[in-house]
Amino acid sequence: MLSLSNRISKIIATVFMGALSILFIFPLLWMVSSAFKFEKDVMRFPIEWIPSSINVVNNFKAVWMQNVPFAHIYLNSIKVAIIVTLISLIISTMAAYSFTKLKFRGRNLVFTILLALMIIPDQATLIPRFMLVRWMGLYDTHAAIILMSMFSIYFTFLLRQFMAGVSDEYMEAARIDGAGHLRTFTSIMLPLCRPVIATVAIIKFIWSWNDYQNPLIFLQSKSLYTIPLGMTLFRDDYTTNDAIMMMAAVSAIIPLLIVFIVLQKQVINGIALGGVKG
Amino acid sequence: MERTEISYQSPKQPVVSRKKKFWTPQRKEALIGWLFLMPEIVGMLLLNVFALGFSLYLSFTSWDLLSGLSGIKFSGLQNYIHLFQDPTIWKALSNNLFFTVLTVPVPIAVALVLAVVIHSKVYFKDYFKVVFFIPYISSIIAVAAVWSVLFHPSLGPINQILMDLGVSNPPKWLVDPKTSLIAVAMISAWAGLGYTIIIYIAGLSNISNELYEAADIDGATGMKKFFKITIPLLRPTTFFLLITMLIGSFKVFDIISYLTEGGPDNSSTVIVFRIYQEGFVNYNMGYASAISWLLFAIIGLITAATWKMRQEESF
Repeated sequence: MLSLSNRISKIIATVFMGALSILFIFPLLWMVSSAFKFEKDVMRFPIEWIPSSINVVNNFKAVWMQNVPFAHIYLNSIKVAIIVTLISLIISTMAAYSFTKLKFRGRNLVFTILLALMIIPDQATLIPRFMLVRWMGLYDTHAAIILMSMFSIYFTFLLRQFMAGVSDEYMEAARIDGAGHLRTFTSIMLPLCRPVIATVAIIKFIWSWNDYQNPLIFLQSKSLYTIPLGMTLFRDDYTTNDAIMMMAAVSAIIPLLIVFIVLQKQVINGIALGGVKG
Repeated sequence: MERTEISYQSPKQPVVSRKKKFWTPQRKEALIGWLFLMPEIVGMLLLNVFALGFSLYLSFTSWDLLSGLSGIKFSGLQNYIHLFQDPTIWKALSNNLFFTVLTVPVPIAVALVLAVVIHSKVYFKDYFKVVFFIPYISSIIAVAAVWSVLFHPSLGPINQILMDLGVSNPPKWLVDPKTSLIAVAMISAWAGLGYTIIIYIAGLSNISNELYEAADIDGATGMKKFFKITIPLLRPTTFFLLITMLIGSFKVFDIISYLTEGGPDNSSTVIVFRIYQEGFVNYNMGYASAISWLLFAIIGLITAATWKMRQEESF
């Protein structure tokens, strides 16, 4: 195995990196610590990492039960993220199946064109999208945000990579058993793709949860806000109360952080997949 | 792939004998293939192709949105002429460039070193991957809210620490035109670093260990291995990151919109923020569309240039 000197240098590197990693997430540690404090203690210096007097319950109440309808905003975020994830999974898996397991003329050309379309930045098409949404009567509805987020060539691309690796024999076996394409897709292909679908679903959920631009453009009513936009309400309402701001930030970040830590392998592998193959 | 082509171009046997049957298995498969693609194609055509074309049309008009579609008036090149004479646009462009300088090369270099260390030089690899990745999956808006307090000019912890270290006049960060963009870039680079590290680690795990073992036998030092093996073999990864991050830095919007709204005094305004401001605050839809096309042209140019670089193998 490792020689002694190698092991020692590895321990030193680990300790050094450990210190660096804590310095790196210093802002988030500070955020959590401040969310527990009374306002007057937040900016105290030297920093009180473990608060001497704790005000976490009042901060929590201020975020969740007072001026800003945060619980409602939370439900909005969950609703939108789940719907976006489901619809975009359906659209992308269907397209990926067609690109890999159905043979027809023009298939590869369509794929190349779709890939090329990836260079069009969302923001360059914002104004026509806005007009389209108004024309469809979807302005100031969650449907507008869902519509804007449900197409993803990037995920189709990832799913296509995976499905290309699934042997055609499965499809042929299903066909011999008399299954149509829709059956083969839903009962053979989708179960086989479970790992990559899980990965894509988590990443899509995180992106949708964190989306700020679409809600900013397409929503007007505060009752429809999602979390990132909800953060602006705290900024405007509590300009002088940083402890409450930090509690709001904790509330916005922590649930997703738990999901990420539990499913870290899927998230990290999914992100890495895009880079290696891209 | 080959097999597919053959099955189309050899319609020898069945065509004559089964003239009546239009829905051959091949035709059926093609129909289903297109149906499965339909949602994606329709969405992309509508939200990207058609929208891009329509914004090109709008960029030659003057329109305030409120007057309805009939209020769209053709105005020729006026928006584009205005674009060149608009000092805020030039300011936004130079800010975007500066932002790119701050958020692309330095983070790439730092992430490369950290990725090498995490990949092969430490225990608890997974812990490090997760910690550095946390800011990336966190809402950039929530994270920005935290940083805005940390950066508070007189009371914020960052300046308190700086003053404690003997800096008598620490920068005022977000509220000073001289430093606002730097502060935003720092937050942005911090939040994105984990992504770059993860992509590099993925690239590193594709490099065969044998190369390093062979170099060890030749007595190569760690530095030499890093420069002669790691960096050259990571070229495709670096290329991918470079193009993704370059484009990303020209699309920056969320953090600026939330933290500075382009200010103070346009010191942190960027192209996308101009689109937002002109289109959705001032309702100059025609002019905002012209800026949109400027953005599209820039991103198209970056993509073309980096592809050319790669093809000429100069990268």
